[in-house]
Amino acid sequence: MSRNRDSIGNTIMVAVGVSLVCSVLVSAAAVVLKPQQSLNESLYRQRIVLEVAGLYEPGADIAARFDEIDTRLVELASGDYVDEPDARSFDALEASRDPQLGMAIPPEKDIASIRRRAIYSPVYLVRNGDALEQVILPVHGTGLWSTMYGYLSLEPDGKTVRGLRFYEHAETPGLGDQVEKPEWRAQWVGKQLYDADGNPRIEVVRGKVVEGPNAQYQVDGMSGATLTGRGVANAVRYWTGPDGFGPYLAQLSSEEAAR
Amino acid sequence: MSVRKVVIDPIVDNNPVTLQVLGICSALAVTTSLLPALMMCAALTSVAALSSATISSIRNLIPNNIRIIVQMMIIASFVIVVDQVLKAYAFETSKQLSVFVGLIITNCIILGRAEAFAMKNGVVMSFLDGLGNGLGYSAVLIIVAATRELFGAGTLLGYEILPLTSNGGWYEANGLMLLPPSAFFIIGLLIWAVRSLRPQQVEKPEYQIHEVHRTEVL
Repeated sequence: MSRNRDSIGNTIMVAVGVSLVCSVLVSAAAVVLKPQQSLNESLYRQRIVLEVAGLYEPGADIAARFDEIDTRLVELASGDYVDEPDARSFDALEASRDPQLGMAIPPEKDIASIRRRAIYSPVYLVRNGDALEQVILPVHGTGLWSTMYGYLSLEPDGKTVRGLRFYEHAETPGLGDQVEKPEWRAQWVGKQLYDADGNPRIEVVRGKVVEGPNAQYQVDGMSGATLTGRGVANAVRYWTGPDGFGPYLAQLSSEEAAR
Repeated sequence: MSVRKVVIDPIVDNNPVTLQVLGICSALAVTTSLLPALMMCAALTSVAALSSATISSIRNLIPNNIRIIVQMMIIASFVIVVDQVLKAYAFETSKQLSVFVGLIITNCIILGRAEAFAMKNGVVMSFLDGLGNGLGYSAVLIIVAATRELFGAGTLLGYEILPLTSNGGWYEANGLMLLPPSAFFIIGLLIWAVRSLRPQQVEKPEYQIHEVHRTEVL
């Protein structure tokens, strides 16, 4: 038995056999559990949207609360709402890879280093009665190690930040992952996205923000995570800039001013 | 070799963490609070038991020169399955555990038991040995996590035990407990405690200073 066991034939047979059995086991687990995992993932994102909107309460029915939020799809280039494809099921990440639904971002415009984006993006409108209370935009951009995905909540004027929350990233534990910390996120509240000429102005400074006319555009840096902070600022600037939601937000703010 | 001995021994008398000092990397990372630690224990124990049993069942077929690769493949498959199950049914906690479930693959306890025990013993015994060692690891993890969460955040499983001063209570949270070094201190104290109770676990000193006789020098 033992001589036979170390023969080349047996070695190959065992290697192939174990590989086959293991791969079947792993793929079966992945396939069987996929629906449950996607359900979790979408509930998690809905929860983050509720959190950034300040509507999340632990134990509340996330799906029901999320249904109260109006999910619309925006064509980024024009800033107009579109009815097709369906906003609720639109997957911006998947669409960005699609030749029809996605587009390559020209390198000089690609400050968030994401290379491709979908031509549409969902936005989440929180209304109080008829009045628009806040608008939530999905944003993403490259930090130090990873693409960071998050949501940015704005006042109806389309210029003032209400909140920013990242839900998926792989930044350095203990340093870059401060982007998730409530203390750091709280600083974004009330910051102005654009300067007087309408250019995206928001930045994450090194060290602390110095009081002054620029403080309304600035957020404290995270010590040990300069590049992550820069990545966050670039992501927000890209998505609120002319190549991102700029046209949509301009429409929103002129509508708001007309009211 | 009795069933009782195989399962119970690794919990105190032959604990993989305190005696063999294996697998302490994850013990630092996932023990800031009790819930992820419990999840990690369940994950590691099931992987240890299942992979030991599987490896033992084909131990007479595994060629010697590729045995480590075969063991790793079996362990890795079980880790992926466990990771997928956690993502499906314990999503929140699996987010907290992030990469550490995947890193069970490299946990030396599991490969150690596969190589040292499962390759030489029967399926049932190997399963129990994996179970016992998983429980030994779990015991340490639970003690460390409970200590860190209690003194670091004043809670256990998220329920408030010591009211924090920041919430109007009397307990000032010990921030060090939430940082990785505290796990080292607690494991160190634990090893000390176990070896005081079981002096036979104390290793012999590697060097013994002995008197030099004059004749030896000359």
